[in-house]
Amino acid sequence: MTFAVLPKTHVETTTLPRPQPVRRKRAAAAQLALLPMAITVLGVYIGTVLWSVRISFSSSKIFPKNDFVGFSQYERLFATERWTVSLHNIAIFGVLFILACMVLGFFLAVFLDQRVRGENVLRTIFLYPYAMSFVATGLVWQWMLNPGLGIQAAVRNLGFPDFQFDWIVNQDKVIYTLVIAAVWQASGLVMAVLLAGLRGIDESLWNAARIDGVPRWRYYLSVVLPQLGPAFGTSFVLLAVGVVKVFDVVVAMTLGGPGNASEVPAKFIMDNLFNRANVGLASAASTVMLLTVLALLMPWWYARSVQSRKLVHS
Amino acid sequence: MSAVVERINPSAAAPVQRKAARRKSHFTPARLGLYALLVSSAVFFLLPLYVMLATSFKPMEEIRLGRLFALPLNATFEPWVQAWSTACTGLECRGIQVGFWNSVQIVVPSTIASIFFGALNGYALSFWRVRWAGWLFGVLMFGAFVPYQVMIYPLVRSLATVNLFGTLGGIVFIHTIFGMPVMTLLFRNYYAGVPVELFKAARIDGGGFWRIFFQLMLPMSLPIIAVAVIMQMTNIWNDFLLGLVFAGRENLPMTVQLNNVINTTTGERLYNVNMAATMLTSLLPLAVYLISGRWFLRGITAGAVKG
Amino acid sequence: MSNVTIENLDIQFSGISVISQLNLDVHSGEFLVLLGPSGCGKSTLLHSIAGLIDVHDGRVDIGGNDVTWADPKDRGIGMVFQSYALYPTMTVEKNLSFGPRIAGVAKAEIARRVERAATMLQLTELLHRKPAQLSGGQRQRVAIGRALVREAGVFLFDEPLSNLDAKLRGELRRELKQLHHRLGATMIYVTHDQVEAMTLASRIAVMKDGKIQQIDTPASVYARPVNMFVAGFLGAPSMNFVEGKLEQRDDGTHFVSPTLNIDVSSYPFANPPQHQQPAVLGVRPEHITLSPHGTQLAGSAIVSLVEPMGSNQVVWLDAQGVSLAVDADAQFTPALDNRIGFTIAPAHVSLFDLQTQQRL
Repeated sequence: MTFAVLPKTHVETTTLPRPQPVRRKRAAAAQLALLPMAITVLGVYIGTVLWSVRISFSSSKIFPKNDFVGFSQYERLFATERWTVSLHNIAIFGVLFILACMVLGFFLAVFLDQRVRGENVLRTIFLYPYAMSFVATGLVWQWMLNPGLGIQAAVRNLGFPDFQFDWIVNQDKVIYTLVIAAVWQASGLVMAVLLAGLRGIDESLWNAARIDGVPRWRYYLSVVLPQLGPAFGTSFVLLAVGVVKVFDVVVAMTLGGPGNASEVPAKFIMDNLFNRANVGLASAASTVMLLTVLALLMPWWYARSVQSRKLVHS
Repeated sequence: MSAVVERINPSAAAPVQRKAARRKSHFTPARLGLYALLVSSAVFFLLPLYVMLATSFKPMEEIRLGRLFALPLNATFEPWVQAWSTACTGLECRGIQVGFWNSVQIVVPSTIASIFFGALNGYALSFWRVRWAGWLFGVLMFGAFVPYQVMIYPLVRSLATVNLFGTLGGIVFIHTIFGMPVMTLLFRNYYAGVPVELFKAARIDGGGFWRIFFQLMLPMSLPIIAVAVIMQMTNIWNDFLLGLVFAGRENLPMTVQLNNVINTTTGERLYNVNMAATMLTSLLPLAVYLISGRWFLRGITAGAVKG
Repeated sequence: MSNVTIENLDIQFSGISVISQLNLDVHSGEFLVLLGPSGCGKSTLLHSIAGLIDVHDGRVDIGGNDVTWADPKDRGIGMVFQSYALYPTMTVEKNLSFGPRIAGVAKAEIARRVERAATMLQLTELLHRKPAQLSGGQRQRVAIGRALVREAGVFLFDEPLSNLDAKLRGELRRELKQLHHRLGATMIYVTHDQVEAMTLASRIAVMKDGKIQQIDTPASVYARPVNMFVAGFLGAPSMNFVEGKLEQRDDGTHFVSPTLNIDVSSYPFANPPQHQQPAVLGVRPEHITLSPHGTQLAGSAIVSLVEPMGSNQVVWLDAQGVSLAVDADAQFTPALDNRIGFTIAPAHVSLFDLQTQQRL
């Protein structure tokens, strides 16, 4: 589970640049202090990525080998049914999860913004799932969706003998159970981000709208929503990155089953790295994951840097 | 002309009780609908917690009845005791308490180390000019988005080479590294809000890099350190993947042990023990969440949107 | 243009009375300024006229219609907020036309109104810009334009200049005054800045603790303040206050204090003064004249500080612990720590009761 810490946009770029506060020779201590960061970035972040990409072009099995076999690992990868299933699953999961979280999170944020009684209590309730680990979430929902003893059984006992809710053992529907569990966990996050965005909107805008005779729902649609663009963008990126990384929930809830029906790329890679000793194949898969993340992030980064440049020049 | 305006009101008996009829009611249908929606959402979110608690206090006979939402008739602490001290986590059956203490051992040093480096980096980046620092920081930020799987295998090999793989030191080191982007960003944004005049005054007073850091900046950072502690404690405690790979069999964190208890048993699955174990694993982060309240929220949205 | 009448207004927040039994008449076409310190209720009053705050009791009339319980949109008002509250993601043209569009006004009519407002306010070239691309003055005009397009009868202003730096504030103030002259609109303006009040208002209502202390033209409120609060609020440096007594002497009534002696026989007392009645003398800095070699001095004091202002200077005197500010011309600079005499013209003083602080 990652938290949403994001670089400031408007505040950073519209304040005056900091005057350079130190002479060059004094920077030695600062350089020394930043050495761990430098090592981390170069050695870990850049180094491992390069290493993984390199290995993906080799024929490594249990141990890394130094040979070069071109794209054969990638070809093998996309011929593996488990991998293509995992891609298919992650796409469906991603779309449903992000959509559901954004919609639910938005409505929860708007409802909480209406000056309701018990706002603090409600907010605490909506957000606590985010404090739990993904493993715990997966296990609880696995239990609740257990056909014999969980929700299906409980509803049948209440007098609906034909009620069916055995998605978790159904190959076609198991992916939706993952969506439910993940949305339960993460909507609170979207709500929190959007609520912060809502609170940043000029309060007198609603007064001006009242005088203009704008009804509340129209105000949210035409005045508030356009201003929440950055907040939605932030939420989307956070959720999207979470989608690519999803692992814990699957392991806890379905172990990729039944069969391979709920396999996801992260789990595929871990299995091939450690259990099936296919290091080269797994590295190829990791590289594909990395490229996907980059593809998702690039437009967002680009949009943000254009926006901040616009602010500086206006 | 300069009379004070408290005019004598001629019609003191003017009809004034209209307000009762005209006053807008607070309880319009829209308002009621709003509360209905909010309450149903709350039920959706609270349901799993309720089920977890209810199941964990039931004896197995009640669970086999399949009444998930019923309250326990013969509530018992037995599942909790079992989960804590006798559940089987793989080869041994000493309960999930082993995982609890492991997690504590992992979380405390990792939190301290990652916060220390985050603060140090944020401080150096904010106030001191190092030529390559900006570029490195940019790559670090990018690193926060890279999926772990890309980096895991090389790290495993590297740690194995220095005999740190599967040790407590190794997992702490890993958590420190992976926590660095978020922590550095957090502190850098915080220090960006500190007036640079404060720093300059300290320089004029003769402070050097380390002295200013330890004696001025760190003490000033208590609010953001609180936020960072909350974030790191929760994140690291809830981590599964890194603990699974790097901690080694003696140091497996509670989340990994939990998964072992539940998903790898043969014979009848003791659902009440499972739920008790899940509750136990979630107690610490939930407690942190409930106690920290607004700080938790600050941690989530640190630096987001309009800062 | 509409007039506004307020009768016996009562406003409460959580059971605490913020405004009680307030009466106010705003004439059609006048520029009324509600002036007062923070928390005096001026913004609350304005918001209740707008219908943004519910009143507890009383009546609000706009243009002859009882609007006490009407929605803001039905009151025929327009409002300019401190932050101008322009819809940030809409162009100027959309900002202006949003209200009528919601109300279902015909497109042709909306276009006509927008064009008229834009011409009056010189916004025609800016119609396709967004608020972030406008200057402060332009934003103020768009905010006013919104009210114009709605064909408002009354324009309400909630401290629109408070966020701006001094120079811009002066420019926009003058623009606003010219606009009022051109439009002839009824304007109610809230501020804590007495300079804005003096320069803009046709009448000033000075408020304190939810009550109107005095409502009159700027000149009257300035020259004949009705109590010490109003006297001290207007004018900078503010009016000098000296405590003393009224004494009946052979040659008339005198105000006497340890440092002053002034013949106030010609003062228009509301009630005949009593001998030895405690009083506070109020005199503005510009009505004290320094006279180094004078006769008929009102008193003398030590020069403690001189602040040159360019065209004039402010000389601070220390009269046995009482500090007096004198607005003197820049010709003659008195030496510090020297004793100097001064005169006060009795026609310009104000006398207040020591206890009640009301004008005598």
